[in-house]
Amino acid sequence: MLPIEDVVRLGFIGVSQGCAYGLIALGFVLIYKATEVVNFAHGEFMMFGGFAVLTFSEGFGLGFWPGLIVACLAMGTAGYLVDSLIMRRIIGQSQASIFILTVAFGFILRSAAGMIWGWSPLSLDTPFDGETTLAGVTLGTDRLAIIATTAVLCTALYMFFGRSRTGIAMQASSQNQLAAYYMGIPVRRLVSLVWAIAAIIATVAGAVMAPVTQLETNVGFIGIKALAGAIVGGFGSIPGTLLGCMLIGVIEPFADYFFPAIKGVSAYIVMLVVLFIRPEGLIVQTYRKKV
Amino acid sequence: MSSLVVENLSIEFGGVHAVDEVSFAVEPGETFAIIGPNGAGKSTIFNLISRIYEPTNGSMHYGERDLLDVPAHKVIDLGIARTFQNIDLFEQATVLQNLLVGRHRRMSRNLFRDFLFIAGARAREREHRRKVEDIIDLMEIAHYRDQKIADLPYGARKNVELARALCSEPSLLLLDEPASGLNQEETDDVSFWLDDIKHDLGVTIVMVEHDMGLVGRVADRVMAINDGKLLAIGTPDEVRNDPAVQQAYLGTAA
Amino acid sequence: MQTVFKTSYDQDINLLTKTGEYIRVSIVILMMLAAPLFVDVYYLGELGLLLVYVIAGIGLMILTGFTGQVSFGHAAFLGIGAYSHSILMTAGLPFPVSVVLTVALTGIIGMLLGRSASKMHGFYLAVATLAFLIIIETIIGEWTDMTGGYAGYAVPELEMFGFYFAEVWHQYYLYLGFALFVIWGAANLLRSPTGRSFLAVRDSELSARSLGINVEWIKIQSFGISAAITGLAGVLLAHYLAYLSPETFGVLESLKLLLMIVVGGLGSIAGAIFGAIFVSLLPVAISILRDFLPGVVGEQAGLEPMLFGLIIVIFVIFEPEGINGRWKKLLHFFETFPYYRKSSFVRQKSYLKTERMR
Repeated sequence: MLPIEDVVRLGFIGVSQGCAYGLIALGFVLIYKATEVVNFAHGEFMMFGGFAVLTFSEGFGLGFWPGLIVACLAMGTAGYLVDSLIMRRIIGQSQASIFILTVAFGFILRSAAGMIWGWSPLSLDTPFDGETTLAGVTLGTDRLAIIATTAVLCTALYMFFGRSRTGIAMQASSQNQLAAYYMGIPVRRLVSLVWAIAAIIATVAGAVMAPVTQLETNVGFIGIKALAGAIVGGFGSIPGTLLGCMLIGVIEPFADYFFPAIKGVSAYIVMLVVLFIRPEGLIVQTYRKKV
Repeated sequence: MSSLVVENLSIEFGGVHAVDEVSFAVEPGETFAIIGPNGAGKSTIFNLISRIYEPTNGSMHYGERDLLDVPAHKVIDLGIARTFQNIDLFEQATVLQNLLVGRHRRMSRNLFRDFLFIAGARAREREHRRKVEDIIDLMEIAHYRDQKIADLPYGARKNVELARALCSEPSLLLLDEPASGLNQEETDDVSFWLDDIKHDLGVTIVMVEHDMGLVGRVADRVMAINDGKLLAIGTPDEVRNDPAVQQAYLGTAA
Repeated sequence: MQTVFKTSYDQDINLLTKTGEYIRVSIVILMMLAAPLFVDVYYLGELGLLLVYVIAGIGLMILTGFTGQVSFGHAAFLGIGAYSHSILMTAGLPFPVSVVLTVALTGIIGMLLGRSASKMHGFYLAVATLAFLIIIETIIGEWTDMTGGYAGYAVPELEMFGFYFAEVWHQYYLYLGFALFVIWGAANLLRSPTGRSFLAVRDSELSARSLGINVEWIKIQSFGISAAITGLAGVLLAHYLAYLSPETFGVLESLKLLLMIVVGGLGSIAGAIFGAIFVSLLPVAISILRDFLPGVVGEQAGLEPMLFGLIIVIFVIFEPEGINGRWKKLLHFFETFPYYRKSSFVRQKSYLKTERMR
């Protein structure tokens, strides 16, 4: 048996990892709900966002927080443009084409990042170094920061979609684009805005993940695990997504500990098992097609 | 020939009774129309008969067969074919391919035999092709034969969808708004075809339709429903003059 | 457009109808047959690899292009095919037996995956197949006793009834034979009830079901035949590579297959062939391009994936029907010269087809 301290330590790592997956998965779900597109390059958005923070905060010497804000603005603009210049033009094409298109974005971003920042890992100075002792347990500040960021961002998004005019309009257009359009809601602009928000969340995720993973071109593959978590949870709803990501995050360190041979694969096994038993994920969102 | 008997059919979507205790029977060879305002549950009845939805209550029989024992893809084996309200064709395939899929029920299919195209594959294709060609003549869609559905105008798509349903040689045809979106001339064509289908092919027709002119011309009997509940069944004239039906269409007159 | 006057139903059943088609296909086949006479050994080997990708591309095309099920995991079948064939050959089985067993094995695994995937749709399926691939890759890597793990596995020599396919052109003809067989088979599928059922499931599951098609079973069959053909490609790839390692059959290989059929043109056999030619030529083109670009750009390691990505973006936006679509337009231009009008191929406006309410 595992000593209790190790259980707590692995559990804590799991929770923070789950939060990280959840943070990334948020971007997938937002874009999916708005457009039914799964942006397979979202992990690369995160990777690129992390590098952007490095450039603005250290390259331009703005410091971490101002650098983060500028990077968010830049990436948000990029996200907006990706939708309004590219995604908008391919509506209605076959799924395979759209999937491969977003995968292609990933290729481009990864190569671009490699060309700009090089292929070896870089580190980002964040205010989250060192360790914090909470209730007698010593925990990594970087991982605490991930948990806190996820909590803050989720609350913010919740408020945004529940309270603000723009947020409510976004919800409306995701439920029925045509009706929203007839109501005078600028659906297309809102969809682009959703892409911008997703890109901003990705940038924040990239920044808080940097102390744990370092900045590296291949970090984007985490996106696929986040996607697996979102699918386990049921994808349609944000609480479901977070639950699924948390599940995968917590299972992972234990699975890696007990079955080192299949290190890193447990998330996918969990996902396939869940899909086999419940093809719609743990929390089912029912929709009915009108025929 | 079998008759369609529906008893106490009900379905609930999240507490809403989309269809509520509806009973009716369609006799072989007749043309039966279902009318009602939007959202009355007309298409839902079709979707229940074709087993896309599972009813919460009630029974449906076609001849001897209990429809509730039949999975959706076997409904057509009983001879029940249908069209859809929003035209549901195979968009990226040609008209000919669509119609040949309509023959599916009558075709034997085997992956390996088809891969190697052996054991009389050509002869079978020819034979089914002949059948399809008869329907093409009947529906006058010969000039569209090799076109992709995606390139067809709306009216032609409607005809192709009807033709596709006919290719299965059904005994009962469920038509969901056969005249919606068509102009007067095209609607007249539809009424002739429905006549041909009924008399020449001997097919029983159940249709959902808004165009009362068409219903009056082709239907032997009409059923009116509103809010999922049955209002009246009878000849077109009887139903038209029914006070409950008039109220449902004109709103509650004070 | 060249009008074909139809005098018999066979004209629609035959694989080739127009005179031009006959001539073009005959020329291509003759050139492929004659290739060993005038192509040097290195390029003949590359041509063999191209044929392997044609086979794999058709395998994936049947699933994704015809049946509409997107798979991100087809490299797994390539890997399973390559490894199981090599292992069976090492165990002393003759080549034909090993090929048949391997194809059957990949087909069955494909059907099992299809069985669990038949209830999913859209991107669930894509991600599930991706997860399947990652798991298979890990298993190949970790099952050291069987596969040699990350150290690799030497593929036995290609030998049939005492005859060694020692020369490159021996192998080339073997590959060509298999490729022609697979192309012919896939074309047969398309003109028979099974192929039409695939198309029906791709375009509307609802209609397909109402016309008597057992949608789940069709998906399982499509997965099966697709995996079996890809497994066959894996067998041939094993002999081309002569040495297998798990990384060969990773996510990138899968994406390459998908890229192939999208760029080639989804939904047609010609698309798979064009796509295979495209991915085979691209690295060559890129290496030539490198020489022309200024050193700083040309020497970048990321140039190849970058161009891959850009080309996909350009194709998806400007020519969704892929190279095959371009090719058809070009043919049309020459057939109707000088009457070609741009409007002959105006794209219909496309709309988002929601999958939410399935």
